[in-house]
Amino acid sequence: MTSVQEPPQTHASSTEGSTEMRSYYGRPILKDPVWTWEIPTYFFAGGLAGASSTLSLVARAAGNEPLARATTYISAVGDAVSPMLLISDLGRPERFLNMFRVFKVTSPMSVGSWVLGASGTANGFAAAAELLGILPRLRLAAETVSALLGPLLATYTGILVADTAIPAWHEARRDLPFVFAGSSAASAGAAAMLFVPPDDAGPARRLLLAGAAVEGVSMRMMEERLGFVAEPYKTGTAGRFSKAARGLTVAGAALTAVAGRKRGGAAAGAALVLAGGMCLRWAVYKAGFQSARDPRYTVNVQRRRLESARD
Amino acid sequence: MNLTELGYAPEEAQERVGFFTDTSVCIGCKACEVACKEWNLVPEDGLLWTGESYDNTSELGANTWRHVAFIEQEKPLFVDDGDGTLRWLMSSDVCKHCTEAGCLDVCPTGALFRTEFGTVVVQEDVCNGCGYCVPACPFGVLDKRHLPEHSADPPGPPPLGTKEDGRVWKCTLCYDRLKDGHEPACAKACPTDSIQFGPLDELRARADERLAKLEDEGWNGARLYGEDPDDGVGGFGAFFLLLDEPEVYGLPPDPVVPTRHLREMWAAAGLAAGALAVGVLGAFLGGAR
Repeated sequence: MTSVQEPPQTHASSTEGSTEMRSYYGRPILKDPVWTWEIPTYFFAGGLAGASSTLSLVARAAGNEPLARATTYISAVGDAVSPMLLISDLGRPERFLNMFRVFKVTSPMSVGSWVLGASGTANGFAAAAELLGILPRLRLAAETVSALLGPLLATYTGILVADTAIPAWHEARRDLPFVFAGSSAASAGAAAMLFVPPDDAGPARRLLLAGAAVEGVSMRMMEERLGFVAEPYKTGTAGRFSKAARGLTVAGAALTAVAGRKRGGAAAGAALVLAGGMCLRWAVYKAGFQSARDPRYTVNVQRRRLESARD
Repeated sequence: MNLTELGYAPEEAQERVGFFTDTSVCIGCKACEVACKEWNLVPEDGLLWTGESYDNTSELGANTWRHVAFIEQEKPLFVDDGDGTLRWLMSSDVCKHCTEAGCLDVCPTGALFRTEFGTVVVQEDVCNGCGYCVPACPFGVLDKRHLPEHSADPPGPPPLGTKEDGRVWKCTLCYDRLKDGHEPACAKACPTDSIQFGPLDELRARADERLAKLEDEGWNGARLYGEDPDDGVGGFGAFFLLLDEPEVYGLPPDPVVPTRHLREMWAAAGLAAGALAVGVLGAFLGGAR
């Protein structure tokens, strides 16, 4: 071992991952993602819109019109904001239509563009028809399309980040879709609670509680599976977002369970859960940067793989 | 890799070509870096002193398609040299033009494509700067291009300024030169033939011979990196002979293309989506209101 190959001392705080790692002047092996604030915000908005679409159709089928109406509008707004965020993040926004040159299953972003395009068109139409009170059959058809695509819209973003070389994302590939599914369900329930009178919002409250529970459990399972690669989710900016996400979601769910049948309690609980959902996406987003920046994660995951292959 | 299976007409498909970079004869002259920049009109990427041996380029990126690494070691060059000797490793890094390329797989516009020479190239008239390929590359090769805001900007660390070209850029293995039957600029400029260009099969055979010779002569730590078609990216189109572990050169020891786990990922996304749908239905079990 020579002095020049030692990773910088800033890494000394690490736990098991730090043993005998060599690097090129401590430089990262991977590049930082070039995505900006629009992307985690889209993960939240898209997840909310996706879960709301499904909630809307089921509410319609169950005969809960106030809930169906509100969630139709919520998903249309989410689906309208999402492409704006995504286009704004592009290096060449004027070329956004190039997303529809090809369809590639190897690229979750390609599949997602088509899913969002179809679901956004359907939801936009459904909301317009609802607003004008026209074409009920076509509206129902459009709602069915977006309700079927909605769950995938909420979960594909988990594998969008996982289909990269970034250890904190790629190693979490089996868990991130469930984390996002739980969080999207909680967000959809919360958004509906904000606009639907408590007497009609029972399913929204139950969806919020179930979603929050799934999010918490999946996040825990993900950290277990990641081992030392879970570190980025627990430290630095990502760690603060993780803590905030957990605190806000737990508080919001508790408030919903206790006071969700009252207007004020429902509004406060829903707001907390929505804020928690946004923080969760930011935690995942920031953890990716933190794990890309430190060559320890890249090298140690691969060294372990080589060692276990040799055994 | 069968290029006709990838959609090329038999008369279009060329022999797969690549680089064999033999770092044991690299002298760190950086002629490859300069030749690449000049031929491909790659913009400036900052003028700074790193204090990291003779390396002031630091890493591959949008504006650096060849990067010479310099590593000073207290390690003998030959196994039987004994202790206390120094060696100075130099290695010219480049895009690996992977057989299974993560950047190409995730590109949602088709801007990244496989050429008739088996190389991986970005079509700059198609790229919309979504940035997906940047974290998808296991080697950190691609990046979005940043440009100086004014040509008179004082030198500073990259990224220079905030003005962006907006697209991603990387080594094209001199696609334009290949089309005209020339070797890439870096290989042409290399004075020691550390960078060798040619049909990949030929290069692999040559590399095996070279490794056997170095092992025979007792070189310390000589190994091939990326020549194995069974590795995590199906073998590199541009592979290396290194004198130490890959991570010493800033290279990943066991790179795997992210899409190798594609089935697993889509299964997880589908299962989670199903669970979400079931959850929404379940929320109405307690009543419609």
